[in-house]
Amino acid sequence: MAIESALGESVVLTRTDKVLGWARKYSLFLYPFVTACCGMEYMATAASHYDIDRFGAGLPRFSPRQADVLFVVGTISHKQAPILKRVWEQMCEPKWVVAFGGCTCSGGPYDNYATVQGIDTIVPVDVYIPGCPPRPETVLDGIIKLQEKIQNQKQEL
Amino acid sequence: MEESLTLRKLRERFPASIIDTHSFRGDDTAVVKRVDVVDICRFLKESTDLSYNFLMDLTAVDYLQMGNSPQADRFEVVYHLYSIKYNHRVRIKAPLTEADPTIDSLTPLWAVANWLERECWDMFGIRFNGHPDLKRILLYEQFEGHPLRKDYPLTGRQPLIGPKN
Amino acid sequence: MEKTATLARELNIREMTLHMGPSHPAMHGTIRMFLELDGETVVSSDVEIGYLHRGFEKTCENRTYHQAIIYTDRLNYVSPLINNFGYAMAVEKLFGVDVPERCKYIRVIMSEICRITDHLTNVGASAMELGAITAFLYMIKAREMLWRLIEEVAGGRGVTPSYVRIGGVKDDLPEGFQGRALEAFKATREVLQEIHGLLTKNRIFVDRTKGVGAITADEAMSYGFTGPCLRSTGVAYDVRKAQPYMVYDKMNFEVPVGTNGDNYDRYLVRMEEIQQSMRICEQALFSMPPGPIKIDDPRMTFPSKKDVYGKMESLINHFKLFMNGHGITPPRGEVYQAVEGANGELGFYVVSDGSGRPYRLRCRPPCFMIMSGVSRLVNGGMVADIVPTFGSVNMIGGECDR
Repeated sequence: MAIESALGESVVLTRTDKVLGWARKYSLFLYPFVTACCGMEYMATAASHYDIDRFGAGLPRFSPRQADVLFVVGTISHKQAPILKRVWEQMCEPKWVVAFGGCTCSGGPYDNYATVQGIDTIVPVDVYIPGCPPRPETVLDGIIKLQEKIQNQKQEL
Repeated sequence: MEESLTLRKLRERFPASIIDTHSFRGDDTAVVKRVDVVDICRFLKESTDLSYNFLMDLTAVDYLQMGNSPQADRFEVVYHLYSIKYNHRVRIKAPLTEADPTIDSLTPLWAVANWLERECWDMFGIRFNGHPDLKRILLYEQFEGHPLRKDYPLTGRQPLIGPKN
Repeated sequence: MEKTATLARELNIREMTLHMGPSHPAMHGTIRMFLELDGETVVSSDVEIGYLHRGFEKTCENRTYHQAIIYTDRLNYVSPLINNFGYAMAVEKLFGVDVPERCKYIRVIMSEICRITDHLTNVGASAMELGAITAFLYMIKAREMLWRLIEEVAGGRGVTPSYVRIGGVKDDLPEGFQGRALEAFKATREVLQEIHGLLTKNRIFVDRTKGVGAITADEAMSYGFTGPCLRSTGVAYDVRKAQPYMVYDKMNFEVPVGTNGDNYDRYLVRMEEIQQSMRICEQALFSMPPGPIKIDDPRMTFPSKKDVYGKMESLINHFKLFMNGHGITPPRGEVYQAVEGANGELGFYVVSDGSGRPYRLRCRPPCFMIMSGVSRLVNGGMVADIVPTFGSVNMIGGECDR
């Protein structure tokens, strides 16, 4: 208490976790793993109309080594599943996974021989964005949810 | 109803190999013996007054559950041809038995037959004699069985990784 | 020659095998290319598809005729309404019925709006892959305006509207649609003008596309190319003209063709088709007759939602159509119905065994045929040219792999 009053307003005290979380949540580098229909809504969200950049997530990186959020956009078939797993393994910690659309959440309308019934059977998922496909507003809501999660979690250094 | 030019020509040229013809809802269809499929298609493509220059589609149907259809002719390979010059279409169907689901390849006539026949093999397990590279196209090598056959279950999942959910 | 060979041996130069995709931004996430490279030249290539195979045909065989509509949406998800209408027309042909005149006009208008969005997306995305990100942003802006139109008609944004019903459409066009549509077309024309300014004579764009990925008309036909890819080679085949369906025979429009069959011609053909589509839409909007929007047959078409909530008979009718075993049952038989999709001839081959489910539902995907020729398009070119070539053929995974 005493130190703070001595320093006045020239210094802000906080916890490392909190400041790291704040920094991380506003500099999300997405890896759009786009396979199917949801990609159209991803494009709409990323373009100027809905402008994903307002949330600090505007710059997609197409190398998993440079990305920290894996956006799984669209149906994952059993043929695609090993590739998704591999991309996820190539990403550096800390990393998050967003399941974009009904197919990635649960298999969606495709309950058949070819489709993975939810990507959480393959990679751990942080945020589920439902919808077939989700509207851009839902996507932005999902990103805000992810930011809250990042802010409040324990930050690994 | 009068028979269309294509079906009449086919009957004249291949009297022995045409099993049946019909025109349901205006779609001309000829059911032919499988040994003559390549000859018939070549005739349709090269004959100047028919000139079917497009192989629009190639697929198959599994008639296993179609009630009264005989088990003997379980599959039918279906070809849809189109002629740009005369603007007409025809459907050629060739029945195959379950014991010997093979038919000659159309790859010498149309380049697109390559992929279409691969898909047909992948989905139905129909072998095409003379195909340059008959392998799976939509599914993966490790997949067992042919999903569009009627005895393959809808949810017969064969995952490469992860649980069989 | 011998000197080069010796040098190559000494330097240990050999052909390299490169895997491009499937997780590659230009490969749309669903295509893998195996390339044999000599330096930067593609010696041979093999294209692997199927990463988005989600069992469309098998799933539809296990659904009723109406349930299959939502799966057709997700074939070519950039122009879903064309798939919707193609499928519904195939089933209607199976029944041997004809939809009312106004319904046909609505279908034409909505098809053409979808075709515009498809071409906008394709040109925008392929320009972006060449670095022209401004063009992409402009085109998505125009697409957003047209999606708004689709949304107010169908209730869903442009990706999965499921607007069609067998024997009609879901609802009539909303009040004031004509004016808003005309405004959207005006804005789209402005965007196209800007895109022409940005791309058509842009030195970089022209250098990357002109003469790249060219194919002759004969080869294109052998590979089963249809749509803009075939028309860019100079063959004026368009299902809307060749075998007019709905009311295309009453519309006044032209089929643009190219000459060289290269990426640049495909771009120009698409740009011109957008103009023609708007022309069709405007004609249809002004000449649309009043009248019913679906067949009046309680065994086939759904009663309107208002009646379901307000009338006993309609409720029973609705219930029976949705009950298992009481749905619509076409006669036994088989039909093939083709429509002009955004990528070419989109055909549906339906085999019915007289029950409430399609015994076999086959989609003729235009992309699949075009993809079978991509290997031929890229061989002999440079690695970097794969990106514009692949972008200009407009591969849509949902349709190619189904």
